[in-house]
Amino acid sequence: MTIEVIKPGLATTVQDAGRPGYYNIGIPLSGALDQYALRVANLLVGNEESAAVLEATLLAPELVFRAPAIVAIAGAEATPKINGGPRPRNESFSVKADDHLTFDFIKSGARSYIAVAGGVDVPVVLGSRSLYGLGALGGFAGRKLAAGDVLRVGKPQPGARAGRALPGDLTPTYPRSLELRMVTGLYFHRLTEEAANAFFEDTWTVAPEADRIGYRYRKGRPLSFRERKQPFGAGSDPSNIVDAGYPYGSIQVPGGLEPIVLHRDAVSGGGYAMIGTVISADMDRVAQMQPNNLARFVEVDMATALKARAEYKAREAGLRSTLSA
Amino acid sequence: MSGIRYSFGADEHIFAEINEEMSLEAFFKGMAICKELEKRRTPGVSEICPSNASYLVRFDPDLIHPDKMLGTLQEIEAQVGEAEIELPTRIVEMPVLYNDPWTRETGARFRERHQDPNSTDIEYAARINGYKSVDDFIAAHSGAPWFVTMVGFVAGLPWLYQIVERSKQIEVPKYLRPRTDTPKLTIGHGGCFMAIYSVRGAGGYQMLGITPAPIYDPQQRLPYFKDFLAVFRPGDIVKFRSVSREEYDRDVEAVAAGTFNLTFRPVTFSLKSFHADPSGYSRHLAEVLNDH
Repeated sequence: MTIEVIKPGLATTVQDAGRPGYYNIGIPLSGALDQYALRVANLLVGNEESAAVLEATLLAPELVFRAPAIVAIAGAEATPKINGGPRPRNESFSVKADDHLTFDFIKSGARSYIAVAGGVDVPVVLGSRSLYGLGALGGFAGRKLAAGDVLRVGKPQPGARAGRALPGDLTPTYPRSLELRMVTGLYFHRLTEEAANAFFEDTWTVAPEADRIGYRYRKGRPLSFRERKQPFGAGSDPSNIVDAGYPYGSIQVPGGLEPIVLHRDAVSGGGYAMIGTVISADMDRVAQMQPNNLARFVEVDMATALKARAEYKAREAGLRSTLSA
Repeated sequence: MSGIRYSFGADEHIFAEINEEMSLEAFFKGMAICKELEKRRTPGVSEICPSNASYLVRFDPDLIHPDKMLGTLQEIEAQVGEAEIELPTRIVEMPVLYNDPWTRETGARFRERHQDPNSTDIEYAARINGYKSVDDFIAAHSGAPWFVTMVGFVAGLPWLYQIVERSKQIEVPKYLRPRTDTPKLTIGHGGCFMAIYSVRGAGGYQMLGITPAPIYDPQQRLPYFKDFLAVFRPGDIVKFRSVSREEYDRDVEAVAAGTFNLTFRPVTFSLKSFHADPSGYSRHLAEVLNDH
């Protein structure tokens, strides 16, 4: 079974649960930016929840299935169509040989996940099929999809069937304006008091430069850093530090201008002061933000971060028990 | 050195700042702690990243509570005490074509983003570091070896810190605004660090030269990529050799033919011996490369 790419869309890539363990040499996690949607799409078609899928960003691709298959689409609110006829999101359906998959425009969210029973079969590199674009590593030929690419699909699990649907209470929504919870720390103390207040008071707008590496936000007030004699090796700007490792979800503000939340294709380190880190439970929500969506950052403590994580894990467990049945 | 500053990166990370400023002592202490943590194979720890004067750990708080993780790191800090003075590692020599035409051309395209639009990056770096000529600067840059003190930003990119006294450290500011392009395998310098750009892309470091030796290759085409797709690890020692255009071209051909190689030799670095005689110790390290 193969899938042929007619139009690649804006940035369609092969992604799975990611590639941990190599951040110390600058190879980031990668994997589906919205991990919950990855799991939904896979479980609907009877795959292992971490199987490789296609992640489509904003402008979705046009694909042709060269053999019958079971397919499910999760993530962004964009109606999938087979040969022009609408199909449900968050529910598995069957396709025939030479059926064309296209999408309506996105109403909300930024990323759609296309799972096929059997999983997208590209070589496993360092334990994962995910593309890491900056390093030309993994994925299909180390790059995003292009017109004419032909993707192989693995062997479906025995349980793969059409008509398996995600219950409404497990279906996420993607609001245009939301609150992102973060734990302050790292180099937060380098901000002036006014800047620290402004950062939380202002509403930030997702910039067009929002991708798998990081989400850039703008339209808040410029943030100033405390003046100091810069430590040896740190560089001259007060927003500079001696180059250090960047946590996933960490927020840096180069020159005090535009906060960047690093995501799963993160640059692993550098010399910009990080002022805190978005909690793990909110990273999928970052992934589904479109340019011009609005965010406010909300400070939470570790207990709240862990509670939110436990709720996220409980929802994941709910998915498994509902969809694996 | 006073105690390490720990900070949580939300629920999955701990960032540990050994010191606000860069020093070999801070780097060694971070390396020692990271090595010990690796040895312990603590369940839940997924990433251990030493970096210059700090380190970063990523963990799964469902397997190890953040407070327990922090306790483990503090315990290791107490155990390793002051910086480990001996580091068994390896040294490699890399050819560099300094003041090459490709980085000069790239620099010329981004002159309006530079502190001194009227000189090249290497002329500027030589002048503000008090060298009489570019050749004197190259002699200093390629004279003493460098420690890989961090690998990252992008895949396989090493950050290096020269093994000389602080008064001899080369320091340059980064570009006023980053370039959108840097040739692959550019030798760059920013702050007190140099970097080898493993892939083509954006960058803000002053461009000093270019090496013919690939350092990251997902296809693992050269002999020294046999075990892994990236060459460098934190703790490696690198000595640069200034080569002519002819040698550079020959190496590039050898890379294309798949016959180019880099040779790593074992060496033990002693912080104490370095402090006793910095320039003598630098020469001693470089001699390891000629012992064969």
